[in-house]
Amino acid sequence: MPSEFRLPALGADMDEGTIVEWHVVPGSRVKRGDVVAIVETDKGAIDVEIFEDGVVHEIVVKPGTKVPVGTVLALLETEGSPPAPAPAGEGRGGGHTPVPAPAGEGAGGVREPSLASPPASSRVRISPAARKRARELGVEVESLQGSGPGGTVTLEDVGKAGQGGGMRAAIAAAMSRSKREIPHYYLSTAVDVTAAAEWLAAHNASVPVTERLLFAVLLVKALALTCREMPGFNGFHRDGRYEESPAVHVGVAVALRGGGLVAPALMDTADKPLALLMDEFRALVSRARAGRLRASELAAPTIILTSLGDATVDAVFPIIQPPQVAIVGAGAVGARPWVVDGQVVPRQVLTLSLGADHRVTDGRLGAQFLAKLAQRLVDPGSL
Amino acid sequence: MNREDLAKRILDLLTEIAPDVDASSVIPGIDFRDQFDFDSMDTLNFAIALHRELGVEVPETDYSQLASLDKCVAYLGPRVA
Repeated sequence: MPSEFRLPALGADMDEGTIVEWHVVPGSRVKRGDVVAIVETDKGAIDVEIFEDGVVHEIVVKPGTKVPVGTVLALLETEGSPPAPAPAGEGRGGGHTPVPAPAGEGAGGVREPSLASPPASSRVRISPAARKRARELGVEVESLQGSGPGGTVTLEDVGKAGQGGGMRAAIAAAMSRSKREIPHYYLSTAVDVTAAAEWLAAHNASVPVTERLLFAVLLVKALALTCREMPGFNGFHRDGRYEESPAVHVGVAVALRGGGLVAPALMDTADKPLALLMDEFRALVSRARAGRLRASELAAPTIILTSLGDATVDAVFPIIQPPQVAIVGAGAVGARPWVVDGQVVPRQVLTLSLGADHRVTDGRLGAQFLAKLAQRLVDPGSL
Repeated sequence: MNREDLAKRILDLLTEIAPDVDASSVIPGIDFRDQFDFDSMDTLNFAIALHRELGVEVPETDYSQLASLDKCVAYLGPRVA
């Protein structure tokens, strides 16, 4: 009995995606977690994984076709099991209801197992830089009139088309929903992180350049450990109730050059040593900027860290990404006057902030959360 | 390596670690951070690439001397063969 593989929702703000290419053909054997397709979304080109083991029976949606979340993309023969429930809308979908494919329309209605046709976008003359930009902005290059030589689509063409559309619109939708639905409260605290900064500088001076760590990795690990201790900040608020998440997947906000951002997860953050987290963080940022994230990474975060230290601001008061219930902001680490034993001395200081959902926690608990997080940074050996 | 070759090499590395940067638009005298939001991750990746491709290990304390193309050329010039 074939089971249906549907386009998953990759967060609260994703409604549709365009199939770019398939990595499988009818007859391919797949395991749960295999990347089977690349889908263009408002968040860039995403590697979409399959949800169960089986053999691909039929490719339903051709490359180049834009379809709503929940559309059946392929049919899968599984081990004698009844059709699996649709994965879209389940779990991390953020309350999205799977949308059936529009009947009779060109998009979504295509049932053709052939893989012969290349992605539609490959027929457009476009520079690699412009194609990347288009991915970031969620601009469909097929729809553009190129102004370059021979009708080539230029960076400028993509930029114009991207204004107000694609990723910008997706961020607008998610943040508007958050501010409409979530009663945020905000707390901040300045932390003396001299010990952590010195530990980091000494570490980085003693290892090869490839093994250097960024301060952000200390933050990510400290946050993950704090979440494990205080589960009221690590989970999802859906359908009127809060569910703690047993796993801690810290999402890291990654700014894309020229605008937009994504917040993919570092999976099982609390369980990994700093060196491994750093390697994964580096790979994640690089794939985010190249527009090659995995669906599971975008859907997974249980809490997000947004570090604006590089933008040289003191503090950031971020907006929660639903259905999460908390977000932590970090400003720049820098020398500040600080009182130690009655004397004003220069120390390395970082301002941490917490935006949390008042339906789930109160300021008193939030203050404890920030204090525990700060304490972990004072003692970098605990990371 | 002369100054021009070095600048070209640096630009190649820059676009390798940050493929979303348009090499032809880089202004030599302006900091990467101000031109295209170069952040600490980019700087670290750049330092790793310089070590791999040019054999120069730039200590963290010297990162500020890699802030722009001009600064890179001035800093790396005497350090590459």
